[in-house]
Amino acid sequence: MSDTVTNERRIVVGSSPHITSPATCTGIMLWVVAALLPTTIWACITMGWPAIRLIVLCLVATLGTEALWNAAARKRQTLTDGSALVTGLLLALSLPPLTPWWIALAAGIIAIALGKLVFGGLGFNIFNPALVGRAFVAISWAGVFAEAPNRGWFRALPELTAEGYDAVQGATRLMAAAADRAADGAYGFDLAAQYRPLLLLNLEGSLGEVSALLLLLGGAILLAKRIIDWRIPAGYIGTMALLSWVFGSDPLFNVLAGGLILGAFFMATDYVSSPMTKNGRLLYGVGCGVFNAVGRFYGSMPEATTFAILFMNGLAPLIDRAFRPRTFGWVKRNG
Amino acid sequence: MSKAAFKGGVHPAGRKEATSGTPIEEMPVPARLVVPMSQHLGAPCEPTVEVGDRVVRGQVIGATDAMVSAPIHSPVSGEVTAIGPTLTTGGTRVTAVSVTPDETQDLASFERVVAEGGVPAIVRAAGVVGMGGATFPSAVKLRPPNGMEITTLILNGCECEPFLTCDDRLMVEMPERIIAGAKIMAETVGAQRIVAGVEDNKPDAIAALREAGRSAGVEVVGLVTRYPQGAEKQLIWAIMGVEVPHGQLPAATGALVHNVATAAAVADAVERGKPLTERVVTVTGRVARPGNYRVLLGTLVVDLIDHAGGTVGEVGRIIAGGPMTGQALASLDVPVTKGTSGIVVLGPDEAAPDIHDDQPCIRCGRCPEACPMYLEPYAIANYAYRREWKAAEEFHPIDCIECGVCSYVCPTKRPLLQLIRLAKATAMQKGAKL
Repeated sequence: MSDTVTNERRIVVGSSPHITSPATCTGIMLWVVAALLPTTIWACITMGWPAIRLIVLCLVATLGTEALWNAAARKRQTLTDGSALVTGLLLALSLPPLTPWWIALAAGIIAIALGKLVFGGLGFNIFNPALVGRAFVAISWAGVFAEAPNRGWFRALPELTAEGYDAVQGATRLMAAAADRAADGAYGFDLAAQYRPLLLLNLEGSLGEVSALLLLLGGAILLAKRIIDWRIPAGYIGTMALLSWVFGSDPLFNVLAGGLILGAFFMATDYVSSPMTKNGRLLYGVGCGVFNAVGRFYGSMPEATTFAILFMNGLAPLIDRAFRPRTFGWVKRNG
Repeated sequence: MSKAAFKGGVHPAGRKEATSGTPIEEMPVPARLVVPMSQHLGAPCEPTVEVGDRVVRGQVIGATDAMVSAPIHSPVSGEVTAIGPTLTTGGTRVTAVSVTPDETQDLASFERVVAEGGVPAIVRAAGVVGMGGATFPSAVKLRPPNGMEITTLILNGCECEPFLTCDDRLMVEMPERIIAGAKIMAETVGAQRIVAGVEDNKPDAIAALREAGRSAGVEVVGLVTRYPQGAEKQLIWAIMGVEVPHGQLPAATGALVHNVATAAAVADAVERGKPLTERVVTVTGRVARPGNYRVLLGTLVVDLIDHAGGTVGEVGRIIAGGPMTGQALASLDVPVTKGTSGIVVLGPDEAAPDIHDDQPCIRCGRCPEACPMYLEPYAIANYAYRREWKAAEEFHPIDCIECGVCSYVCPTKRPLLQLIRLAKATAMQKGAKL
């Protein structure tokens, strides 16, 4: 008999396959966080303390809620799957830096508790948890929320004042554009001149709107790592650009402004709340774009990203059903 | 080089470099052989010898009249020392004839196969079965049902499982035997075309088959290296461009697929009257001397691993076959059989987790994208998990080929294939047909 192999040696028996890919849930979530880091860091640098405070508040709320919930329900601790981390960070990036602390906490708690845990936790939530949290506070404290951007903290950028932009003090460019459109159908400022600040440094709106370019970099990372499917952001952004043109506005401005890019690459692509089939994902992306554009141009809220995605989240199971793949071999006739 | 591939699939690390350049080496006759009476898909054989009998190499020691079966021959000359149950690589118990080999063996000589009724009868009498792992009796496939016209013989040289290189070496070292067998089979079924499909990570094998098959007009197609390229339906799709219709034989497409090692065994049987008594086995992973060994059927895995220098370092799972579809051994005192293409010793860190810790499906979409049968593994598995068999059935678990890509790609390491097997078995119990 062998001296290297004996029957006393412990060997593991299991059914095939006996190997597994290196991909893990935590790994995927950490890549999403990594893809958001350039934007997050830039927001912290340019917006300073309020941005850092907001991120910490959101993370404390999301991670804390999940930890406490699991402990109270005597369930296995799920913090290490990384999803509450992603939710917290996305939530922070979707809020303006001067969001009152109690609104940030409420948004985080609602995001995890009502957005995810009541459904049964990760994998069972119908809606994107971060957007549930954001939508909740945006509706509940609409007034406070609308004021948040102009509570006197923004530094006026020289290039903005040069554009005469300070005339619409405090409002975001999107709000300004919407107000102009509603008033006389013409824009009081040059939309094309806004590309550069929107791409590089934009201190209005939410943390995540600080630089569209850095968000696109993050999106590119996720695409390159094949973590997200290009069909969702492509369908979403493409539709938004097309409809902006159809509605007589500037397509690029409308793509870069507001939460669209954050939504298209990081929110709408949330695995759990988006469809799983390729064609379904394209349709879902297009649907997000349609509702976002309609909301932006004809709704009461120019910032319609949140509700466009939440609405399409609700349709995702239906879309999956409609696009069920045909099983190999279920053909009528070959050839 | 023409490139073809099925849709879906995965790219597990090939891990073939340890043995792909290692010539086939004859393993010396071990001290004992335990020859199972069932080494194939179909009816098991009954022993035709008794304890104390002398047997010669090539002599039939197990047979049956059942249509779907294959006789068993003694791989050595020696004495029958026991007849009784043995554990198999698959974890079942079957009757086996233990043979203690004579001290001197002449492996070049053997009792020739005699059979009347043309090639299929000889192939049957020689005990040839599909050597890619499925072990379906080859003679049955050489008698296609009436009215089914076979146009193309496809040689399966994909060897898409990680680690395995036995077919690769066979193609490089004895392409003529493979081509000879292919010609015999093509002639038998009336196929005008012979196509060999080989994954393009085996350029030497492709070149060797091309060279050997040139005069016979054999087409050698380099296929994209992607698992499970060598699955029968996926291979037919890549080469013929048609899907095997649900519920029908692959022959319905006009294609007959045989593994390259099977083709070589057919050539040995028909041209030399040689029964199937040995095969090439890739022994690799955490062993001291990884290699491709020509092994007598009935050799115990423990002796084979010893011959390969024993295991090295910590051992997790020991797999008979490849790591995607093979069987994890519960004991090493199990014999090598006609379908044992490899013995892969995986470290604990290389193998899938021992225990599934019940993480949820995060609906990432990787499994439906990878499934070569275009199934939605997550959906079948979720219903199976909740024992909602009827709902699971609507997602066609019956079409699952059990390649394992769904479990492989799952980031939360859900036991998808395991759950689908349950749904499949339940559906079949209720009368669903493959």
